[in-house]
Amino acid sequence: MSAVASSVPSLLPGGANSKRLERRLTRHIKERVIESVLFLAALVSVLTTVGIMYVLIKESVVFFQHVSIVDFLTDTQWTPLFDDAHFGIMVLLSGTLTSSLVALAIAIPLGTIIAIYLSEFAPFVVREVAKPFLELLGGIPTIVYGYFALLFVSPILQTLIPGLPGFSLLAAGIVMGIMIIPYVSSIAEDAMRAVPMHLREGSYAMGATRFQTAIKVVVPAAFSGIASAYILGISRAVGETMILAVAAGMQPNLTFNPLEPAATITAYIVQVALGDLPHGSIGYQTIFAAGLTLMLLTLVFNILGHMLRKKFREAY
Amino acid sequence: MVAVMKNHVAEHNGREAAPAPVVKADARKLNFYYGEFHALKDLNMPVHEKQVTALIGPSGCGKSTFLRCFNRMHDLYPGNRYQGEIVLHPDNVNVLDPSVDPIEVRMRISMVFQKPNPFPKSIYENVAYGLRVRGETKTRVLNEKVQEALRSAALWDEAKDRLDKPAFNLSGGQQQRLCIARALATNPEILLFDEPTSALDPIATGAIEELIHDLKHKVTILIVTHNMQQAARVSDYTAYMYLGELIEFGVTDEIFIKPKKKQTEDYITGRFG
Repeated sequence: MSAVASSVPSLLPGGANSKRLERRLTRHIKERVIESVLFLAALVSVLTTVGIMYVLIKESVVFFQHVSIVDFLTDTQWTPLFDDAHFGIMVLLSGTLTSSLVALAIAIPLGTIIAIYLSEFAPFVVREVAKPFLELLGGIPTIVYGYFALLFVSPILQTLIPGLPGFSLLAAGIVMGIMIIPYVSSIAEDAMRAVPMHLREGSYAMGATRFQTAIKVVVPAAFSGIASAYILGISRAVGETMILAVAAGMQPNLTFNPLEPAATITAYIVQVALGDLPHGSIGYQTIFAAGLTLMLLTLVFNILGHMLRKKFREAY
Repeated sequence: MVAVMKNHVAEHNGREAAPAPVVKADARKLNFYYGEFHALKDLNMPVHEKQVTALIGPSGCGKSTFLRCFNRMHDLYPGNRYQGEIVLHPDNVNVLDPSVDPIEVRMRISMVFQKPNPFPKSIYENVAYGLRVRGETKTRVLNEKVQEALRSAALWDEAKDRLDKPAFNLSGGQQQRLCIARALATNPEILLFDEPTSALDPIATGAIEELIHDLKHKVTILIVTHNMQQAARVSDYTAYMYLGELIEFGVTDEIFIKPKKKQTEDYITGRFG
């Protein structure tokens, strides 16, 4: 390296000593190459997002040239493939929101409790065994969950709730909640474990029990991380496809009643994408309008989560 | 309990001309193990009531380990083991006994840590924490105790207008005084200080030392310190520890002016440690 460096002519006057402080060309080039590789890697993910947004918006613009935004938001029917076509996204949105609410009603309390247990109460051995199992839960393909909901959970629910149809937002939502638990609990637990020990010791030294310490000190201190866990859970629920396509039925149904079957935005997209729609037809364009709605929905939740995190950020 | 304590004092006063200090706690043949590691070896030491006792010694000598035996902090981690006794007076109970609930011990023996560790709550809620943990819900009682504790910790004037603001907004020295207020709010009998000024600047350190000096009229104080000048300034009794053993214990002036052991003298004069 020194041979290369010394071959670079010095810009400053001075003897051999001044060369020792010169810029080393090979080191400089190596740094730049590494920097560029890292930058390109980061660029790929940004470009992908931009590309997706571009396609969604471009195709949606075509869609909204045929259907007014007011109709899109207020119509109470979703029948894009019928002769009498209606494009009321509320119909699909209601299914998405209802099934997500059911899922979150399961995943947030259970995920939080599991995280508190694993972080504050579980002995070392239990934690080491329980965590991989929990993470395995997140690795099961969602199509498997879908049939689990349809063939196992749904019949059980039908015996508990007479008159429940075979396809329902409830069955799909519950199983979706189970699927999301590991995402919530794993991130919430990491956040709680990152709370420094001296905070816990301060609480114990005041005569607090483990439970009081966990609830009154650790959870508030980790709240920004726990909020991130919830936001991720919400995004997963809103974007989940297979479970709903299999177990919630596919007929568009404007309802907030989890006991009914209904299509969600994602389920609709799968359904339509599987059929043979001519490219450029209005039915084809609906996919993009629905996709854009979904994307905006997740974006809203992400922004909300970001604001929550900022508000509750604790510098300990 | 009060009656017993008075007897205790009267007994001492009757026997001697100068009122000898009452023993508040008493370590007897105390041994402590971190797993296999023998961290404290056969310690015998009294802690005198309403006096400041300083624990000094080089890093790793076991002074913090000893301090944390008093409120059973070692119970929080697996593999730790006590042997021997720390007897709390006037109850004459060994706080290390397995039948004693560490939570009850911590209700009577409070602690202030090396690094200020306020909870992610408001100033008010930090001080009220110990009372709330004990089930106190009456706002009037809480207000009163919080104010009293903040006054005792010399923080009232600075904090009274922002009691509902997060404790993290306070400066380091104020945070440490808040932690002292938190510890005082429950009227503890003994207050343990684990190097309370090592994270603070000299001015904040001076404020804390002054506070310790004022507090000893109310509460028995045991303080671990790295800083020998600090031990000389704030304490009435000093214990010098080395490698888990208590080398010398006595009145602070005597330890610093004419220590009995060569080892103590070497440490205090800076020839060692």
